[in-house]
Amino acid sequence: MKNWFSKNGLSSRPPVINASTLKNTFNRRSVLIGTVQGGVGVLLAVRMGYLAIAENEKYRLESESNRVNLSLIPPRRGWILDRNGAPLASNRADFRVDVIPDRLSEPDKMIDQIGNLLELEPTRIADIKQEVAVSGGYQPVEVASGLNYEQFAALSVRLPDMQGVVPQRGFSRFYPIGSSVGHLIGYVGPANAEEYAEEDRNPLLVTPGYKIGKDGLERQFEQDLRGVPGARRVEVTASGRIIRDLETRDDIQGDPVKLTIDGPLQDYAARRIGLESGSVVVMDCDTGDLLCMASMPSFDPNSFSDGIGSVEYAMLREDERVPLRNKVLQGLYPPGSTIKPMHCLAFLQAGIDPEERIICGGGRRIGNRFFRCHSNHGSVDMNRAIAQSCDSYFYHFAQKIGFDKVAAMASSFGMGKQFPLPVNSQFYGTVPNPQWKEKKFGRSWEPFDTVNASIGQGYYLASPLQLAVQAARLATGKVVDPRLVMDNKTPNPRSYNFGSQEIDYIRQAMSDVVNGAGTARRARLPIDGVQLAGKTGTAQVVSLSVSDGRSGPWKYRDHGLFVFFAPFDKPKYAGAVVIEHGGGSGSAYPIARDVMTFLFDPQKGLDALRAYERKWGGTAQERLEKRYAAYAAERGATVTPPPRRDEDIFDEVEAEARLAAQQSEAIADDVIVPRADQTASGTPPPGAANLAGLSAENSEAPR
Amino acid sequence: MNTQRASVIPYSIARQPWGMLIPLFLLVAFGAAVLFSAAGGSMQPYASSHVIRFGVAMVIALIITALPRELVRFLTYPVYIVVFVMLLGVEVVGALRGGSQRWLDLGFMNLQPSELMKPVIVVTLALFYSSLPLSMVTNWRALIVPGALIALPVSLVLMQPDLGTSLAIVFGGGVVMLLAGLPMRWFVGAGLSAVAAAPLLFYFGLKDYQQRRILTMFDSEADALGDGYHIAQSKIAIGSGGIFGKGFNNGSQSHLQYLPEPHTDFVFATMAEEWGLIGGLFVLAVFSLILRWGMKVARESQDRFSSLLAAGMSATIFFYVAVNLMMVMGMAPVVGIPLPFMSHGGSSMLTNMICIGALMMVNRWNQNVPRGGFAREA
Repeated sequence: MKNWFSKNGLSSRPPVINASTLKNTFNRRSVLIGTVQGGVGVLLAVRMGYLAIAENEKYRLESESNRVNLSLIPPRRGWILDRNGAPLASNRADFRVDVIPDRLSEPDKMIDQIGNLLELEPTRIADIKQEVAVSGGYQPVEVASGLNYEQFAALSVRLPDMQGVVPQRGFSRFYPIGSSVGHLIGYVGPANAEEYAEEDRNPLLVTPGYKIGKDGLERQFEQDLRGVPGARRVEVTASGRIIRDLETRDDIQGDPVKLTIDGPLQDYAARRIGLESGSVVVMDCDTGDLLCMASMPSFDPNSFSDGIGSVEYAMLREDERVPLRNKVLQGLYPPGSTIKPMHCLAFLQAGIDPEERIICGGGRRIGNRFFRCHSNHGSVDMNRAIAQSCDSYFYHFAQKIGFDKVAAMASSFGMGKQFPLPVNSQFYGTVPNPQWKEKKFGRSWEPFDTVNASIGQGYYLASPLQLAVQAARLATGKVVDPRLVMDNKTPNPRSYNFGSQEIDYIRQAMSDVVNGAGTARRARLPIDGVQLAGKTGTAQVVSLSVSDGRSGPWKYRDHGLFVFFAPFDKPKYAGAVVIEHGGGSGSAYPIARDVMTFLFDPQKGLDALRAYERKWGGTAQERLEKRYAAYAAERGATVTPPPRRDEDIFDEVEAEARLAAQQSEAIADDVIVPRADQTASGTPPPGAANLAGLSAENSEAPR
Repeated sequence: MNTQRASVIPYSIARQPWGMLIPLFLLVAFGAAVLFSAAGGSMQPYASSHVIRFGVAMVIALIITALPRELVRFLTYPVYIVVFVMLLGVEVVGALRGGSQRWLDLGFMNLQPSELMKPVIVVTLALFYSSLPLSMVTNWRALIVPGALIALPVSLVLMQPDLGTSLAIVFGGGVVMLLAGLPMRWFVGAGLSAVAAAPLLFYFGLKDYQQRRILTMFDSEADALGDGYHIAQSKIAIGSGGIFGKGFNNGSQSHLQYLPEPHTDFVFATMAEEWGLIGGLFVLAVFSLILRWGMKVARESQDRFSSLLAAGMSATIFFYVAVNLMMVMGMAPVVGIPLPFMSHGGSSMLTNMICIGALMMVNRWNQNVPRGGFAREA
C-alpha cells in the first residue's frame, strides 16, 4: 500500500508509465481486490456464525413466537340465577366480529365494508367508527355479535384481505328478561384502557370477545363470574392464517351467583309499573331475601353489551323518567304517610295509649299555630289515625313525645342507613332531627319541622329499599336485614322485643287501611284467606300554590307511595312501591296489590297485567324497542355520542339522582300543607307512552 | 490443463475449468433444493425453472466462451450502444405507459437491460483502457470518455429507480478503472467526496422508501413491523437455523411467509434456516472458489484487455454476492440484489452466466497462448 502512495499518489515526480509498470500495478491491485474479497468473505462467515451460534437462542425464540400464536379463549361467564335456579343472566353461543384498530390500515373503509356485508344500521356504523377512532389501538372493538352462520361465513372467506378483523365463535351474555333486570344485574362490556391498566394489563381483558361486568351485580361479582380462560396454540402464517392447531386448553366457566330474587316476580313487577316511573321492592319477612327490586323504566342490558349506542344513549338521557337511574337504591323520596305506622310504634314505645283520642278539627293547633290536616277526621285514635292517615294525630303526639324519639325509632328501622348489599351505590336518605338540622343548615328546629317530619315530609328522605325494609321490620318486630345473594346461611333476625300487642295493633291498623275503613280499600287482594296490610303515602315535592299535585307539569306532581306486608296476621312478604310523580298514592297501591296477587296466584296476576299491557302497547321490553325504533327514525342522525367510559355515564346519573333528591327540600323550610285528596293519582309523563292516543291507565281513578 | 496428452478424456472436455464448474453446478443444484423447499416442497414453480434457466444460460455462456478475441473487440462498442438504446427504450415505454418500469417486453421474454449493462460496461471499459495510449492513463482527460460511458447508463438506471443495479454498474466500471492503473489518489479522492456527499445525496437524492431502508439497516428491530421487517425476519431465519439448521423443508420462517421474498432476494436466509451455518459456509466456499478462479484467470491473461475483462467480470459477481449476503445478514440496506446462481430470477441468472461465460472465454484465450509468457514472472 505504501508503495502505491509513494509511487502514484504522493510523489512529486510524474511516474514513468509503460506496459510493464501497468502490469505491475494491475497485479498489485488485483491482489488488493482479492484481499478485499477474501476479507468480505471472512466477515460474512463471521457474521453468519455470530447470528447462528451466539444469537441462535434469541432468534430461535423469535422464530417460535412468529410461528406459534397463543390465543386466549375467553371463559364462559358464570350464570346469575334467581332463587329457584332460573337464569337471569346466561350465555348464548354466537358468532361475532371484532376489529383491532391498530391493525386496520384504512379503518373507515374497512368498517363500511363490514357494515355492508353484515347489513348494519348506519347509526351503528357511525358508532363503530367513532369508537375505533378514539380507542386505544390494541383494544378490540366489537362490530357485531349474534351473527348468523351465513354472515359469519361471508366474512370469514374474505378474511385474507381484512387485516385486523377478527371473526370468531364465542359466547355472548344473554338476559332473558331484558330491561326488567337492567338496573339490578347491570350489563357487560369490553374493558376500557383504565380497567386494563388496573388489572396489570391482564391479556384476557383485551382478548376479542371478552367482556367484564360494567354495572350492577355483573360488576360486583366480576371475579366470581369470570372463570378461567382457555388457551389455544396455533401455527399461523405471517398474514394470520391458521395452519394447524397445536394444543388447546378448555376454559373453565365462572361460578354462578344465586340471588334471592324471584325472577318471574321481578319481571312481573317491572312490567306492572307500566308507563310510570317507579320502583317495586318485595322482601321475605323471615329471611330478608329481596324477592324483587324492580326499577322502571330501564335499559335493555342485552343491547348495552356491545357498547352503548349513541342513539340509545340520547333516548335514555332525554327521558325525564331517568331510565338509567336505579330508583330502588338511588331514588330518594319524602316517605310521606308511609312511615306513620312506624311513628305510631314510637308513640307506643313512649307510653302513649293507642286508645287515647284527639280531636282533628281539620287540623290541630301546635303551640300557637294551627296546622292543617288533609281532612276533618273528628275524634281519632291510633287505629283510625293509621287507617284514615289523619295528620293531626301525628302532629300532636310527635310534638308530645318529641321528635327525637321518633327519629331514633326511624333510624333503628333502617331509615337513613345503608344495608350490607353487593351494590355499586345506595343512597342514605335523611331522618331529620334537631342536631342534624343545626349541623346542616345552622338553623334551630322549629315546631313546623316536627309537624312536617311527623307525616314524612320536610327533610325526610327515604329510598324504596329503606321503605320496604322498615315495612318488613314493622311487620315482624325483628331487625330484618335485606339480602340479595343466596348463601347457605339461614338468617335469624334479632327481635326488637316490642310487646306482641303493640305489633298486633299496628298490623291490625295497617290491615284496616286496606281491608277496613282505610285509604286503600281497593288494594284488597282478590285471594281468599290472604289479607294485605299497608299504608299509603303521598309525598309533595312543591307547595300547594305551585301545583295541585296530580296535574300540570309532571315534575311537580306528588310521588305516590305504598308500603305493605301480607298476610297481615302472619307476615311473610313485605315491600314498598314508589311511583315518582304518580300524582298520589293512588298510583302506587294498585301496583302493590297486583304484585302481591301474582306472588300468591300468578295466573290471576298475569291476567290483570295482560289487560293493562294491551292498553299500554306491549310489555316493557316491547315498548322500549318500539320507542327506540321511533326515536332512531326521528333523531338518528343528530344525537351526541355517549361519554367514552361507562363509569362516566353512571357517575353522571348518580350526581343527578342526588340533585333530584333535593327537590322536596326546597319546600321544607316551612310547613307543608297536606293535600285534601290523599289517594289521588295522575297520569304518567307525556313522553312515557310514545304512541299516539295512548293515555295512562295504570292508576285507579282517584277516590 | 497440463494433463491433456496423458488423458483418455477428450481434450475439449478436459480443458474446461472443472475446478470452477463443478462447485458451480453443486451451487445451482443446492439453489434448486432451496427453491424446492421455498415452494413448499415442490419443483413448481421455482426449482424446475431455476434449473432450466441455468441450462439455457449455460449454453449462452458456452457460446460466449467460443467467441474469438477479435470478434469481441469488434462487437464491444456496438453492443454497448444497443444496450444503452434499450435502456432508453425502457424509459420511453415507461413514460408512455405512465409510471416507471425496468422491463422491456420483447414478446417472448421480459428483458431487463440494466442487468445486461453490468457485464457490458466491464467489457467496454476494458476495451477502452486496452486501446488507450499508455501515457494517457494517468491523464485526467482520459477520464472523460469512461466517465460518460458509466454516467449515461447509470443515470438512466437511477431514474427507474434502481439503486442496487446503478451501484453494481459503478462498481464494475470502477474496478476496471482501478486495475487499469489510474492514479490511486483519484479513487481516494472519489471515495472521500462520496463520503462527504453521502448526507446530501441521502436527503435530496433518495426517495422516501430508500431513505427508510437505509435508516432501518442501523436499527432494524426498532421498526420490526415496518421497514425493518424484511431484515428482522431474515436475521431470525438465519439465526434460528443454528449450526445444522432446522432440516430440509422444515423452515417455518419461509414456509409460513414471515420471510419476504424467500425465493429471490432472501433465498440465502431460506437456505440458512434449513441448512444452518454448514449450508452457509458451503455457499461462501463455492463463491470463493469461483471468485478465486476468476481472479486467477485475470492474472494469467496475456493482454491488458483480457485481464481487465476477467477481473471486471469476477468483480461484478462479487458485488452481487457481497451486497446480497450483507443485506440478508443486516449489514447493508435492502437494495434488491439477488444472490447469483441461487435466487430465482432469469435476468440475474443470465447476467451472472454472461460473466462466467466471459471468464471461461478469457480462460480459453489464455490456454491458446504458449505457456510461460512474458507476464508470468510478475
